[in-house]
Amino acid sequence: MLGVLAIIATAWLVAFGLGFSPADRDQEESVRILYVHVPTIWVAYVAFILTAVASGTYLFSKKHSLGFDRFAGASAELGVLFVGLTLIVGALWGRLTWGVFWQWDARLTTTALLFVTYIGYLAVRRLGGDPHQRARRSAVMGLLSVLLIPLVHWSVRLWRSLHQDATVLRPDGQVKMDGLMLFSLFVGVVAFSLIYAWLVIHRTRVLWMEDHESEYGLEAAVEQRRAEALETPSSNSTGGKTDG
Amino acid sequence: MKRSRIAWAIASKDLRIELRSRIVANQILPFAAVIMVLFAFALDSDSVLQRVAPGLVWMATLFSMIVLVQRSYAIETEDGAFDLLRLSGLDPIGVFWGKTLALVVQLLLLEILLVATAILLYNTTVSGAWIGGIGFLGSGWVLLVTTLITATFGLAAVGTLYGGLAAGFSGRETLLPLLVLPVVSPVVIGATRAMESAFGTAGAVVSEGWSWTGLLLVFAVAFGVGGSLAYGPLIEE
Repeated sequence: MLGVLAIIATAWLVAFGLGFSPADRDQEESVRILYVHVPTIWVAYVAFILTAVASGTYLFSKKHSLGFDRFAGASAELGVLFVGLTLIVGALWGRLTWGVFWQWDARLTTTALLFVTYIGYLAVRRLGGDPHQRARRSAVMGLLSVLLIPLVHWSVRLWRSLHQDATVLRPDGQVKMDGLMLFSLFVGVVAFSLIYAWLVIHRTRVLWMEDHESEYGLEAAVEQRRAEALETPSSNSTGGKTDG
Repeated sequence: MKRSRIAWAIASKDLRIELRSRIVANQILPFAAVIMVLFAFALDSDSVLQRVAPGLVWMATLFSMIVLVQRSYAIETEDGAFDLLRLSGLDPIGVFWGKTLALVVQLLLLEILLVATAILLYNTTVSGAWIGGIGFLGSGWVLLVTTLITATFGLAAVGTLYGGLAAGFSGRETLLPLLVLPVVSPVVIGATRAMESAFGTAGAVVSEGWSWTGLLLVFAVAFGVGGSLAYGPLIEE
């Protein structure tokens, strides 16, 4: 259901982003990148905030429910995906409007560091150990990353404000936003939020199955072997019944 | 046992091991010096080297710091000492500060060596007289020492925290740089700018540098507190 909605919203976004919305006076057609660039970073920030909230809930709740940990992991993965999209799309847009792929602007630099920080977070999630060890470790990392982001942003802002050559380059050079453009942007935000919600639900479910598999898979396989060995060889020819 | 006693015991244990094994003196400090020489080969210009010397000092510090942190936990995990430390029931905050202090001492030694290398090889000078002449806070030396100390506490806290997280897992050698380097980027920014002021690089004046030490101090406090709180849950598994 959510998936269908996400597909419909994406079709809408394509129609409005590429069709109905007008070209910009200065940036002409390239302004259409806005409808991907802004929603993706917006959703990414929401994803990271939700990761932190889920991490905190896991760590401080009495039950220590692993569901929160899996949600945090799924959300962080999608956040990294969306920040990656923002960076790629933003670099392309920068080439079109500024003439360069990258500017050492405060926001760009913070975003790049955010990207790397959460790649580190995902690496920590894959360190192994039993699910509760992983959950505690990642929850602490999730909260530390949130502590880090304002610090990085502040220091990068200080760095650039002292070194910037007069102009502050802004991706949106235009003065006001056209009504239809704003609406298209809104469609973009809805579309990417739905995509996020749909993916995060399924990813959380896959992570649950992975945990379940590693927990019970071996036992189940051993049980099955044992059952097979006890059976008479003649009744053992069905095959294809392995469900690890 | 009191927290400060634990910290002191752990720090002196770490430093005593380093003093006897001489791994830091015989391998890590020469490694840092080699980096500084290689930078000179790569940049190949006296004026450029002089301009970027503060940045190079901190880059060399970071690379060597990764090795130092790995060494700091290698001595724990090699003989399963870290497991015993965890089982000993010692207050993790004390353990955290003990390991941090030992790293602070080693990092400071390293940084002094690197600054000396920059002065010798890159022809940089510290602006202002030794204390006096243009006032206490106007001296580049005072700024330099403050920068080294505040930056080092931040770096050591981060190193101890993430080193403890990665210790005992396969692939820790490759994970540690990925975790630590983005985190310490504020230190690189702040410490480099402050050191530029202390060196008078590209016309930077000493008074500008003091605001950067503020950033370094905030970072050190944030990760000192954050590390104290997070270290226990991270290593007690």
